[in-house]
Amino acid sequence: MDAVAAIVRSDSRRALATLIRILGDIDLAEESLQDAVAQALDHWPRSGTPENPVAWLITTARNKAIDRQRRRVLETRYSESQQDLAENARVGDLAEENMEEAVLDLHIQDDLLRLIFTCCHPALARPVQTALTLKTIAGLSVAEIASGFLVPVKTMEQRLIRAKRKIADAGIPYEVPRPADLPERLEAVLSVVYLIFNEGYASSGDGKLIRTDLCKEGIRLARMLVRLFRGEPEVSGLLALLLLQHSRHRARLDVEGQFVALDQQDRRLWDAGMIAEGQSLVEKALHQKRPGPYQIQAAIAALHCQALDPQKTDWPQIAELYAALERRQPSPVVTLNRAAAVSKAEGAQAGLDLLATIEDLADMRRYQYFHSVRAALLRECGRTSEAIAAFEQALLLTRNPSERNFLMVQIKALRAQDLAG
Amino acid sequence: MLYALLIYQAEDFTEAYSESEQAEVIAAHGRMQEEAKSKGQFVGATKLMPTSSATTLRAKDESVGVIDGPFAETKEQFGGFYLLDCANLDEAMEYARQLPHAATGAIEIRPVAYGEVVTPNEATGIGTEQYETLT
Repeated sequence: MDAVAAIVRSDSRRALATLIRILGDIDLAEESLQDAVAQALDHWPRSGTPENPVAWLITTARNKAIDRQRRRVLETRYSESQQDLAENARVGDLAEENMEEAVLDLHIQDDLLRLIFTCCHPALARPVQTALTLKTIAGLSVAEIASGFLVPVKTMEQRLIRAKRKIADAGIPYEVPRPADLPERLEAVLSVVYLIFNEGYASSGDGKLIRTDLCKEGIRLARMLVRLFRGEPEVSGLLALLLLQHSRHRARLDVEGQFVALDQQDRRLWDAGMIAEGQSLVEKALHQKRPGPYQIQAAIAALHCQALDPQKTDWPQIAELYAALERRQPSPVVTLNRAAAVSKAEGAQAGLDLLATIEDLADMRRYQYFHSVRAALLRECGRTSEAIAAFEQALLLTRNPSERNFLMVQIKALRAQDLAG
Repeated sequence: MLYALLIYQAEDFTEAYSESEQAEVIAAHGRMQEEAKSKGQFVGATKLMPTSSATTLRAKDESVGVIDGPFAETKEQFGGFYLLDCANLDEAMEYARQLPHAATGAIEIRPVAYGEVVTPNEATGIGTEQYETLT
């Protein structure tokens, strides 16, 4: 019974995208698929699993959808206009026409691809894109998505209802964009997957700091994209980046559940399998000589993962990669990371010089890590009182208790040193 | 599906157009309209007079008040619209991108709720003049 339920569950995920395309309506597709799943759970244990479960689910759900449409027409016969009747009948015809092709050819991969672009359409707001992607592509329940993003279930329900209404009303197509728009639209899809992963990697909520479930969904989605966009180096770059980041998850938290800095982590806890896969993916991608931000970030993560001892980290190359990333995607946060790498490669003063180029930006003045990185470099240069002031500035901006504690320890040590000196 | 492309632009900006800028804007509209017409997707277009000519009726103390001016004082003003018959939002966005106003102002795309659109009345000729000057 459990085995059947598992098959039904995974196959129904694959059936949904095709149903949405055939029926042209997410709600109708979800409802009729639920009906079909219920029937499968009832029939399959008795009569055996059909030869092609996905096709069975699609056909059954399609028939359920037509029943639903007929019922809707009957229910509204007296209140709706003749025109609506004609339109409802048309949905049935269309479904009939597309059905054979869908079941015969099982263009499921293509349908998934169409649906991803619909979910990540620029006419939908980013939080809506991520929620829709998790719901229709990853097959998560509303409750799971709501807990992932730490919002009430009711809020997430409303968000999804509004999104589906917008797709239907605004006529957002179920189509792969034209080649001219593809790079930009693919970028949106990649950033949605990255965002889902990142929400798990460093959770913004008050609960757990790492949400493994969201990380895993991000990786699963990235894997699917790699299958769909074979050979697209940025897609492989994204999967590589996620694997390499996630490979460290067991070492990133201490026994009290607080973050452990990269150079303090027990590297024996890193997942060697994930690292190997990530490294091979990023190497193959870079061979295509079409580098992009995800490949570069993956290459940086790969260099960190390669060093079994933090002292052996290849900082000059990491600094160079950050410079390449900065040229492509200029942002003060990238500059900050480059400054940290440069200081390891060339010394603290070189890092401080770089930081001076971004210290007037309001975003940096509000950013705790800018101040803590700067403080550490000032300390290295022996500028103790300035270092104390910078650590204090970082402390003002930090809420996380373990990070606050770390900063207070640094300040105390520097004060003692200052008095002694 | 019918889409309305609602064009918003700061009036002081459009009033300051040089002759060549004006000609460029008109040419962009011309190209877009030509494409939409050749594909049978053009339904109609209207340019409005500036908001200095606007009169607004609005509820006031349980009656209807008359205000000299537009619906809202905003940085950009609603200046005109297109009605196009497009397969989906992407196609409507593609037409909107051809107009310069998306770069200098804003274009809101809204699906039309009812399929019925008023076109020039051939028998009476009402609306023909406006229709022709704009199309």
